[in-house]
Amino acid sequence: MGPTLDFLTLLPYVSELLKGLTTTVILTVVTTLTGLALAVVVAYMRANAQPWVRWGLGGYVELTRNTPFIVQLFFIFFGLPGLGIKIDAITAAFIAMTLNLAAYSAEILRAGISATAKGQLEAGRALGMTTLQSYRHVVLVPAFARVYPALISQSIIVMLGSAVVSQISVFDLTYAANFIQSRNFRSFEVYLLITLIYLLLAFGMRRSFMLVGKRVFAYQQGEQR
Amino acid sequence: MKLLSQRLNHAFNGRLKRLQSGIIATGLSAAVALGAVATSPDVQADALEDIESRGTVRIAVPQDFPPFGSVGTDLEPRGYDIDMANYLADEMGVELELITVTSANRIPYLQTGQADLVISSLGKNPEREAAIDFSDAYAPFFLGVFSADEDENVESPEGLADKTIGVTRGAVEDMELSEIAPDSTTVQRFEDNATTISAFLSGQVDYVATGNVVAAEIAERNSDRAPSLVYQLKDSPCYVGMNKNEPALMEEVNRLIAQALEDGTLNEMSQRWFSADLPENFGS
Repeated sequence: MGPTLDFLTLLPYVSELLKGLTTTVILTVVTTLTGLALAVVVAYMRANAQPWVRWGLGGYVELTRNTPFIVQLFFIFFGLPGLGIKIDAITAAFIAMTLNLAAYSAEILRAGISATAKGQLEAGRALGMTTLQSYRHVVLVPAFARVYPALISQSIIVMLGSAVVSQISVFDLTYAANFIQSRNFRSFEVYLLITLIYLLLAFGMRRSFMLVGKRVFAYQQGEQR
Repeated sequence: MKLLSQRLNHAFNGRLKRLQSGIIATGLSAAVALGAVATSPDVQADALEDIESRGTVRIAVPQDFPPFGSVGTDLEPRGYDIDMANYLADEMGVELELITVTSANRIPYLQTGQADLVISSLGKNPEREAAIDFSDAYAPFFLGVFSADEDENVESPEGLADKTIGVTRGAVEDMELSEIAPDSTTVQRFEDNATTISAFLSGQVDYVATGNVVAAEIAERNSDRAPSLVYQLKDSPCYVGMNKNEPALMEEVNRLIAQALEDGTLNEMSQRWFSADLPENFGS
């Protein structure tokens, strides 16, 4: 007789699953907002700031994009206390995810920005906009619109990658699953369930992004897209 | 160079002798067993008498389980169990012959008459108790909650309230701790022992639930954050194992253990190998 599936064994652990799901959702929402905001700043400064600032930011972006996320996370959580900087698990997760998303998104944004012809910016200035105004309306928003699908994917990748924060004892969805699995040994049921939850989360994120995009980039309907 | 070859030679001879005596012993015990069937059942071999007349006690010790038994940089066995074996041999006034065993073959060594005693971080369980006899406890082996702060002690699980305790997920200590910890205790579970220890050493958690052996290892490597026991979760001390029906040997071993507990020998060994005093409830 082979093993039988029994999803009812998960019932006593519903509160753990909900707690984990809540943490994952909050982590994702906050880091998506902070990460993308930081990405805009980084992308702008890499294009316009002093050479040494550009050079420093380039170092940050390359360091982040060329090292494993779990190593970055462990460095912040286990490594920094060696320098006297102690950051609790959930904050370390926020910081690591934000820095990670910002580095990738800044690179994506940079591609969108460099696709804007310089003449357009000058045209904006000629129409009487300030530098910042013309940068925002002529460069940034169209750049965002161009690379929006790539940003959606990157944000979803970071949400899925957040499973790793369970390793530094953050009670996220994966932590909940590992916890339950270590108690009832029902690996198949537990991991199948959270696979479905992650799938739904990813779909949900994509839809929300699309809705936001439809509003923000409404002026462009029928033009560039 | 000469020394090394002597030592090798010695080791080889020792093994050969042991092999020979093993064969003889097996033959003998078979003969004795046959004889026992034929004659009266209460005729017994007295292991203590054998040891005294032989002038040597053969003790099975681990070599792969520090700090109980391992091989030092001088290639000599060292550890709590080796110290214990030396102590027993000295007190009995006989030579000591160490036999290094693994956890899988330590009981067979005893049963086949190749060792008189097993001092090999042996814990009690019903299966083992059916096969061999156990002395009184000679070494502490327990799971507990440890703190970086030396002078902290709690009497009951309630004392763990509001503390953040690191533990390896799914380990026995996780189960024990989760069972007794008050609601306000934060149990931070990590993937494996190494990560749990990192969390403790880096100061991310000030409490860690683990075994006293692991705690001793942390203390040895990082003395300024040596874990000290706050609350004991589960106690499973080690006992000296010997063959069944050896009342004289049992009495002698227990007498020597009581003496060592009394005069502080065991506590010294505990400090030496576990960097900690014997737990207060030890031997009671």
